[in-house]
Amino acid sequence: MRNVVQPAEKLSVRRSALPGFMVALLILFAGLAVAFTLGRYPVGLTDVFDVLTARVTGHPSGVAPAVESVILQVRGPRVLAAALIGAALAVAGTAFQGLFRNPLVSPDILGASSGAALGAVLGIYFSLGVFAIQGVAFVGGLVAVAAVYLIGSAVPARDPILLLVLTGVVVGALLGAGVGLVKYLADPYNQLPAMTFWLLGSLAATGVSDLVPLFGPVALGTLVLMALRWRMNVMSLTDEEARALGVPTGVLRVAIVTAATLVTSASVATAGIIGWVGLIVPHLARTLVGPDFSRLLPTAGILGGGYLLFIDTIARTGSSVEIPLGILTAVVGTPFFIWLLASVQRTWS
Amino acid sequence: MARLDRRAFVHGVAVSAAAAAAGLPGRARAAALTDAAGRSVEIPARVTRVFPSGPPAAILLYTLAPDLLLGWPRANRADEREFLLPDIGARPEVGRLTGRGNTANLEVVLALKPDLILDVGYIDPTYVSLADRVQQQTGIPYALLDGHFSKAAETYRALGTLVGRKDDGEKFANHAQSTLDTMTQRVARVPEDKRPRVYYARGPRGLETALGGSINVETLEFLGGRNVAAERRGGLAVVSIEQVLLWNPDVIITIDRDFAASVRQDPTWAAVAAVRAGRIHLSPKVPFGWVDFPPSVNRLIGLWWLAKILYPDLFPEDLRALTRDFYAMFYHVALSDPQIDRVLAGRD
Repeated sequence: MRNVVQPAEKLSVRRSALPGFMVALLILFAGLAVAFTLGRYPVGLTDVFDVLTARVTGHPSGVAPAVESVILQVRGPRVLAAALIGAALAVAGTAFQGLFRNPLVSPDILGASSGAALGAVLGIYFSLGVFAIQGVAFVGGLVAVAAVYLIGSAVPARDPILLLVLTGVVVGALLGAGVGLVKYLADPYNQLPAMTFWLLGSLAATGVSDLVPLFGPVALGTLVLMALRWRMNVMSLTDEEARALGVPTGVLRVAIVTAATLVTSASVATAGIIGWVGLIVPHLARTLVGPDFSRLLPTAGILGGGYLLFIDTIARTGSSVEIPLGILTAVVGTPFFIWLLASVQRTWS
Repeated sequence: MARLDRRAFVHGVAVSAAAAAAGLPGRARAAALTDAAGRSVEIPARVTRVFPSGPPAAILLYTLAPDLLLGWPRANRADEREFLLPDIGARPEVGRLTGRGNTANLEVVLALKPDLILDVGYIDPTYVSLADRVQQQTGIPYALLDGHFSKAAETYRALGTLVGRKDDGEKFANHAQSTLDTMTQRVARVPEDKRPRVYYARGPRGLETALGGSINVETLEFLGGRNVAAERRGGLAVVSIEQVLLWNPDVIITIDRDFAASVRQDPTWAAVAAVRAGRIHLSPKVPFGWVDFPPSVNRLIGLWWLAKILYPDLFPEDLRALTRDFYAMFYHVALSDPQIDRVLAGRD
C-alpha cells in the first residue's frame, strides 16, 4: 500500500480542485436546505427563512411560536450538530488515513470510540446526568487513545505506525469487553436499553445546550488539522525520507493524533457511535479533488457535513420512531466499502 | 407462542407415576399442575425453598410466601430493603435464569437445593424450551406462570397450589381481580375520544418511549390511556422532540427522575400540552416500579396511581390509604407517613 513516488507525481499534476470543491459545497447547502425543511413537525422553507432573517434583523418573524421553537430549539441545533459531527469525523478520518498510510482506517482506529463507549455505558450504569455521561464519554475517548499511543510508542518496533494500529485494535477489543461487562451487570429494565440506544448512535436528543461542549473541541481539533494539512502530504513518506525533508514526523504525528482524537471523542460523546462517515467520506472527497491534503481536508469536512445531514434527515423523518444513525450509516457504508475493497488496488498502489 | 387454555389446572397421577418410575425417590408426588405453557409440572409435597428465575417471579413469590424465597435475581439496595421484610429483603443475589442472558449458574441453583423453580413472564418458545431443559438437567420442577397483567388472579391461584398455600393464593387472587375489575368497569364509562393521550418517557432526555403492545405500557393500555406512540407496535424506541411536539400529548408519565426534574424548564418541551398543563408525573419506584418494571404484581398499586392521573374524577380514593394497605398486604410492611411521602415522591 505504500508508494513513495506517487503522491509527489500527483502533486505535480496541479489539476484544478475548484469544480470538486464546488460540488462538495453544493452537497452541504443542499443538505442544509433539506435538513431544515424536512422533519416530523411540518415546517415550510419560507418559515425557516422568516425565522432566520428575523433572528438576524431582530424583528418579529410572524411565524407561529411552536414552529419557531421547532426551528430554533429543536431542528436548528440538531442540523448544526449533524453538520459539525459529519465534518469532524470526515476530517479526522482523512487525517488518519494519511497518517497511517492506509485507506481502510477510520477515526476510531486508535480506540476513541471504544473508550467513549465504555465511558458512556459506565455513566449510564452509575445513573449520571446527561452532561456528565457526555463528559465521561469524552474523557474515555481521550484516555483510550492516550493509552494506545503510550503503549505503541513504548514498544520498540521496525514499523511504529503498524504497531500503533495493532495496539489500537487490541486495546479497542479490551474496551469492547469492558462495555460488554457493564451491559451484563446493568439493570436490564432501565439501564440496558439506554446503553443499547447510545451505542447505536443518535442525534435525537440534541438541543442548544449540546452545541457548546461539541463545538469547542471540534473547532479546536479541526483548526489544528487544517493548519497542518500542508504537512500531511509528508506523512505518506517514510520517517527517514520525511526527516530528510526537514519535517519532524514524531511531533506531527502526536499533533494529528491529538487533534483527530479531540474531534472524534467530542462527536461520539454527543451522538453515540456513528461509524463509516470517517471511512467513506475521505474517499469520496479524494475522487473529487485528488489526494493533496491541502485541498482534500477542507473538501472532506464540507462533504462529511453534507453527508451526515442527509443521513440524519432520513433518521428522523423515515418513521415516527428514530432510525439509529449507526444502522443507517452502515447500510449506506457497507456497499461502498465493498466497492472500495474491490477498487483499492487501483487507487492506492 | 404456545397459546393454551390457562384455566386448566389438571390434577393427574400420570406425572407422579412417571417420576417414580424415573427413579426420583422423595419426589414422588400425587399431583401435577398444568402450567401456563401447557407443561405438566409435578407439585412437590412440601415446598420450603423456591428459586425465582427472574424479578417478576421473585416479587410474585415474595408477596404470597416470602419465607420460601431463596434469594433475589439482583441484591436489593438499602432504599429498596426499607420497604421489604428485613430478613427476606436482605437475602442474597442468586442471578437470573430467564431465557436469553442467564446470570445464574445451574450448579449454583442445584447447590441451593430448591424444591421448585418459579418463572413468571410471557410464554414464548424460548422460555418453554429453557424450562424443559433446566427441569431435565436438574430434576427440579420448573413452573412457568403467565406474567400478563390480566392473568394476575389465575397466576396467584396457580402459585398457591404449587407451594401448598391455596388459601393465601385465593386471597391475593381475589384482591388482584377486584382491583382489575374496578379499573375496567370505571374506565369503560369513558368514551374513547375522552381518554387522555399519554406519552411514556424514559431516559434522562425523556426521548425513549414504548411502542404499542410493549410491556412497559401494559398498565397504561389496560387503563385505556391512549399511548401516542402506539401507531407502531414493538418494544422500546427512541423518538425525536419534533415527534413529541407533533403528538402533543396531554399527559407525560415518566420513570426518569432527571427528566421529570428538568422538563419543566426545558424550552424545547415548553410547547407540549402536558408540560403547559403541568401534567408530568414521575412514577414511584420503591421497592419495585409502579407502572412498568419489573412486570409483576408490583404494578397493581401503580394502576391506582395511574388511574387517578388519567381520570381524576372517576377515582376519588385516597392514594395514601391505598398505598398503606397495598404495602401491608403485598410487601408485609407497615408504612409510616414519611415513608408514604417518599414512596409517592418517586425518588430512589
